[in-house]
Amino acid sequence: MKKHTYLVMGLLGFAALLTSCGNGNQGKGSSGALNSSNAEKVYVAPGEHDEFYAFMSGGYSGNLTVYGLPSGRMFKEIPVFSQFATSGYGYSEETKPMLNTSFGFVPWDDSHHPDISQTNGELDGRWIFINGNNTPRIARISLTTFETEEIIEVPNSAGNHSSSFITENTEYVVAGTRFSVPVPQADMPIKEYKGNFKGALSFISVDPEHGHMDIKFQILMPGFNYDLSHPGRGKSHGWFFFTTYNTEEANSLLEVNASQNDKDFIAAINWKKIEEYVNNGGGTKMPANYAHNVYDEHTHTATSIMRKEVLTVDPTKIPGAVFFLPTPKSPHGCDVDPSGEYIIGNGKLSADLTVHSFDKMIAAIEGKKFDGEAYGIPILKFEDVLAGTVKSGGLGPLHTEFDGEGNAYTTFFISSEVVMWKLGTWEVIDRKPTYYSVGHLMIPGGNSRKPFGKYVVAMNKITKDRYLPTGPELEHSAQLYDISGDKMELIYDFPTHGEPHYAAGIPAEILAPKSQKIYKLAENKHPYATLGAADAKVVRDGKDVHIYMSTIRSHFTPDNIEGVKVGDKVYFHITNQEQDFDVPHGFAVIGANTSELLVMPGQTKTIIWEPKQVGVWPFYCTDFCSALHQEMQGYVRVSPANSNIELSWSLGD
Amino acid sequence: MKNASLIMIIGPLFLLGLFAFPLWNIMLGAPQYPEPLGMNIHISGIEGVSEFDLQNIDGLNHYIGMKTIPKPGEMWEFDVFPKVIIGMVVLGVLIGLLGFFGKVDFKWFLGWFVLMSVLGVLGMYDFNEWLTDYGSNLDPHAIIKVVNEDGTPMTYKPPLLGFQKMLNFDVTSLPSIGAYMMFIGMSLTLLASYIGWKSKGTKVKQQSKKAVAA
Repeated sequence: MKKHTYLVMGLLGFAALLTSCGNGNQGKGSSGALNSSNAEKVYVAPGEHDEFYAFMSGGYSGNLTVYGLPSGRMFKEIPVFSQFATSGYGYSEETKPMLNTSFGFVPWDDSHHPDISQTNGELDGRWIFINGNNTPRIARISLTTFETEEIIEVPNSAGNHSSSFITENTEYVVAGTRFSVPVPQADMPIKEYKGNFKGALSFISVDPEHGHMDIKFQILMPGFNYDLSHPGRGKSHGWFFFTTYNTEEANSLLEVNASQNDKDFIAAINWKKIEEYVNNGGGTKMPANYAHNVYDEHTHTATSIMRKEVLTVDPTKIPGAVFFLPTPKSPHGCDVDPSGEYIIGNGKLSADLTVHSFDKMIAAIEGKKFDGEAYGIPILKFEDVLAGTVKSGGLGPLHTEFDGEGNAYTTFFISSEVVMWKLGTWEVIDRKPTYYSVGHLMIPGGNSRKPFGKYVVAMNKITKDRYLPTGPELEHSAQLYDISGDKMELIYDFPTHGEPHYAAGIPAEILAPKSQKIYKLAENKHPYATLGAADAKVVRDGKDVHIYMSTIRSHFTPDNIEGVKVGDKVYFHITNQEQDFDVPHGFAVIGANTSELLVMPGQTKTIIWEPKQVGVWPFYCTDFCSALHQEMQGYVRVSPANSNIELSWSLGD
Repeated sequence: MKNASLIMIIGPLFLLGLFAFPLWNIMLGAPQYPEPLGMNIHISGIEGVSEFDLQNIDGLNHYIGMKTIPKPGEMWEFDVFPKVIIGMVVLGVLIGLLGFFGKVDFKWFLGWFVLMSVLGVLGMYDFNEWLTDYGSNLDPHAIIKVVNEDGTPMTYKPPLLGFQKMLNFDVTSLPSIGAYMMFIGMSLTLLASYIGWKSKGTKVKQQSKKAVAA
């Protein structure tokens, strides 16, 4: 019967495709096939704005992309963990420190789970956080400048995957480790993993004023894999839930060896209790080495400092702080409904969803109904905490989001679909195919107390034939479903950049009015800023030559520079004098072993040029800034190293 | 006459609005400027509608060789206009007070109105002269030189009042709150003159009636 349904749906989908190619407006179908009103639903007329922002993680691009919903139009790629030649992020002298780590300069990462700051469990749109998975880091991005402002490395962590989720007043951004590792790191046989490796769950406090991050404490958990997490909300505020797998503690061929236990755990962490414990002097300070990189909007410069200590907590020392909830089949996503009552474990090797009840969990804890322990951490009885099971009929559930109207939406990777079901009754209401093999899904605010349940976006891992082919490597595909009715309706399909894992959406009306237009030149505190064209100059300091250069439509000041020699290290400090919205200037010089600079109005950026050949070398503006953009150019005369030509600079003479 | 005098005292006070609000407003919209740039012309100087509008207008104007928008110290008008307005307010209120105590009659009210009107017209004339100079006295080395169909150089004088298309810009020039307040204030003095004149008329009539009765 089920197979039948799929076949029918597949045929309907195929029919819809055919009709949408041929005579677009007639493709009406009984189960929500494409029709003309769907085109209207996603059509944002020229000059009109989208209703929602969608921030999609870049996955292996290391960045964060900004889309509009329902149009699926991409607005920006925000560089976060990866060098970005487009703007000079990670290449400019100002931003290189952003990518500093205890491993040195790491120019790339794998970004996974963006989460927007909240107040009282509702999106407040101040910042968005995202995790770097490979070299564990958490980034904070301003939602007024849409630029990365801060990156903190997470020590004792490896595969920073159950991150970066925030508590309901943005007290903490939480980062859990996927890999357990020796803590502290040690030279030891890999086989001695079991019982010796640790999984660190880090609670990073967020300063409510400036957003600055600081690792408040790390819980050193048993050596499982901590896969995903979400905060309690409402009545469960103060708790945090992490899915685990590999409770077998296998260290090789995990595909098989970590899939042996019928149930792994959801770890329930009472972080309020642990916070109280550390505030009263609990925990152990451990030597560590991790980078904390902060970008200052006024100096337009990042600084990186190495932190040398981290406070660790042994969870067995704090009674009542941590419990394990048995959850079947290597659960992946760990999602909490808007009321805070239901904790959903998406058992990825199962057909079913396990839903735990927060109230039942508290009752079981109070009744001390334990089913043994693991490394001193009490295990609750599965039956005591179970709220219900969703018999989905799908296969491979990964992630669940909520519409705020009592419905939940779960992605099924293997059966490639989104299933809509009802909280409390656990009945399946609707199911729609995805194209293909969906990972995360996102409803704007769908993991907060107040979802905006109008659309769900499914982000897929496999694209295949969805778009015009572009060789072996394809962008990933996303589908947009209208969920404002009783059932889901597929209304749009668009490619996404990188590999979006999770995404976060927010109504445009919260962010758009406060999006910054320029940086004020008067507030530019960059030490090498050129605040007026009269301040432009060239200064030699041994082999270092500092060029204080200003740009305005459409010339550089200065644009003729002489007295530079082979072997010099030339710093171009470019300040954009414009104070007009959307008038960047670019800067590129021939043979620079680095990227260009794209300098926003009021900003100063620096690249280094090390001329290797005698000659007269040009530089130019790379951004088509005005009708006279092609005139925006200049020359640097490079003389032999032993030349005695004095430094000179000029404009227009 | 008491009512007329009270109105005559209140009327000139409306001119004080010119110290708080712009006299005139010129907006410049273009395809690239969906949010138009704008200048507010106050009696004491020119200000941008948004923080960086003047700088951005100057930046654009340099292409066509226009001078930068004058700063308060660069035009005698911005020094003299506020003094003239203060002087007229003081004079108007004084006339009103004298009227209230019966020392002067409505003709003084009318006199103030006429004087203010003459000064206003002179001010507009001067403003127009400046606009003409600003728009046509161009740098001969300007980057962009546009000629009209008849071969004469295009000028960029913003309209004194109303709308005009200039290259890619739509320019709208209209009186602003300060001007409207001045208009209300001056109208009040005219009203005061009228009421003063009427009340004098009735007095004369009443007197003549009394005379007849006697």
